[in-house]
Amino acid sequence: MKLRDIGIIYRKEMKDTLRDRRALISMIVVPILLMPLLTIGIGVLSAEIVGRAMEEIPKVMILGGADSPNITAELRAQSDMLVVPAGSDYAQQIEDKRIRAAVEIPPDFDASLAAGTPSTVTVYDYEGDLKSGIAADRLQKFFGDLRDRTVRDHLAAQRLPDALIHPFEIREQNVVSREKVTGAMVGGIVPYFVILLCLTGAIYPAIDLTAGEKERGTMETILSSPVSRTDLVFGKFLTVLTASLATAFLAVLSMAVSFGIGKGLLMSLTDAGQGNDFTLTINPGSVAAVFAMVLPLAVLFSAALLAIALCAKSYKEAQSYLQPLTIIVVVPGIVSLLPGVDLNARLALIPILNTSLVSKEILMGTYHWHYIALIFISSCVYAAAALTVAVRLFEREDVLFRT
Amino acid sequence: MIETHQLGKSFHDPERGELRAVQDLNFRCAPGQIYGLLGANGAGKTTTLRMLATILAPTEGRATIAGFDAETQGEQVRRNIGFLSTATALYARLTAEEMVQYFGRLQGVDEALLRRRIDELFERLGMNEFRRRRCDALSTGMKQKVSIARTLVHDPPVMIFDEPTGGLDVMAARTILGFIRECRERGKTVVFSTHVMSEAEKLCDTIGIIHQGRLLAEGTLADLRARYALHDLEDIFMAVVQP
Repeated sequence: MKLRDIGIIYRKEMKDTLRDRRALISMIVVPILLMPLLTIGIGVLSAEIVGRAMEEIPKVMILGGADSPNITAELRAQSDMLVVPAGSDYAQQIEDKRIRAAVEIPPDFDASLAAGTPSTVTVYDYEGDLKSGIAADRLQKFFGDLRDRTVRDHLAAQRLPDALIHPFEIREQNVVSREKVTGAMVGGIVPYFVILLCLTGAIYPAIDLTAGEKERGTMETILSSPVSRTDLVFGKFLTVLTASLATAFLAVLSMAVSFGIGKGLLMSLTDAGQGNDFTLTINPGSVAAVFAMVLPLAVLFSAALLAIALCAKSYKEAQSYLQPLTIIVVVPGIVSLLPGVDLNARLALIPILNTSLVSKEILMGTYHWHYIALIFISSCVYAAAALTVAVRLFEREDVLFRT
Repeated sequence: MIETHQLGKSFHDPERGELRAVQDLNFRCAPGQIYGLLGANGAGKTTTLRMLATILAPTEGRATIAGFDAETQGEQVRRNIGFLSTATALYARLTAEEMVQYFGRLQGVDEALLRRRIDELFERLGMNEFRRRRCDALSTGMKQKVSIARTLVHDPPVMIFDEPTGGLDVMAARTILGFIRECRERGKTVVFSTHVMSEAEKLCDTIGIIHQGRLLAEGTLADLRARYALHDLEDIFMAVVQP
């Protein structure tokens, strides 16, 4: 192996790649734009949608209640809902979204309230529909308040204290650091995107440097130069690896900026009204550690993509081989996001999934050193195997000159 | 100097089984000479020249190029050859100068010498006008000149051309043929393949007629004319391949 030759190949391939618009888009534009779009874009959009739904005064229907004028009058007086005339087709009207919800008041409801006899109020809604849910919530809040008021009135009548029905309060208190809370909330997402972008950033250069070179007829030119095929593979591999890591690095950078900007939005969306002091805290050291764990995976991706793309005889054929890989990579990424999937010795040997899981732990501030070592070593072994395959394939005439 | 001894190449085809693309090929080309491999498409010319350029490994026999064995000393062979074919394209996103520089560096030419050689080659081939233009913006003729500069940048003693005028217009083809002649004048060993009879007639010191992977006839044009009692090379060629 000649480092000088690898360096010459690497410098040329980098220059070539940086002049390739497609590679630049996948390496620089996509990671920089994806994160703000995902966090700020979706954040703004959902805030807008929820905000508009909250502003709407939903139409609701009162079913029954003719013998309970007090309650129906009180309901009609509510400013956050509009009572429309009752109809027997209320279910259909909810389904057609002509009204958002309906409430059924049992017979003699006013009288039962006064007498303290139990009865049931039914709220009809469109489960899963945002606006119907808001209307149903408002109805439930109205009747919840009414129930509390009735209990208090009954207690007062019997000269009993309010505390009788509230003997104690229940309070939830978080005991872990903000970093761990953030890790638990977004810890799965961050490595997932880093891993996915490591792959997508490597796809175009990998195709361009192999199948692209065959298609354009430069493969024979380079093979007639004295450079050894091993050095040629290493030079190309380092280029793909650089593209892969640059994509992932830019994604993390853009993610950090987006989180900073999008924090306010996330706060308003996630904890509105709950008064929690919600902050996303990601330790830069943890991000660096995640990067170190992703490194052997990027090596594996780069070598594997190079080997697979080399087997194709054209750009298009290589694309059809490599695009499905993004789906294959997504699966372990999603599995790692599932609740209850935690790192163990067996999962530590499954590529991609292991890196995803350990990165999640690292972002939560948990370092299981024995797993980290196992994952790092196993990922390095897989990466070395993929690189060996790539080198072997470059030595095969039937692969290089496939017609 | 190029020498082959019983050189052969077989490919395995999943449908047709073992294919012998080249077999028992023996020829010799000395410095200052042009050896022309004349054959129809699929005769085995490209496979032979790829073996000489060590891009393909022979399955039988051996080839020696500039004193180095094609099979075991591939790197030294490639340091001593300039290989040009219709399949050796240019890197579209590199400029003409970057392209020649890249191959000069891979050939291990010292930076100062490389700069001098590039200046000299660009001057000689009239390439200064498009020196910093990207290869994808060059005309076919300009591209051919860049390819020539690429093969000459390390001043190799042996030149291998595989159908170098294929797909070129008259002007570009003339540039190439003139360049091949110049290589002979500079004392280089030149082997080139063609299926164009006039090219072989004009250029070659020795003509080898290859058909279905075998070298069926070999000699100077005068030798061949005398042996087959025919004047026209095309008639001689037909007499050899379809006796």
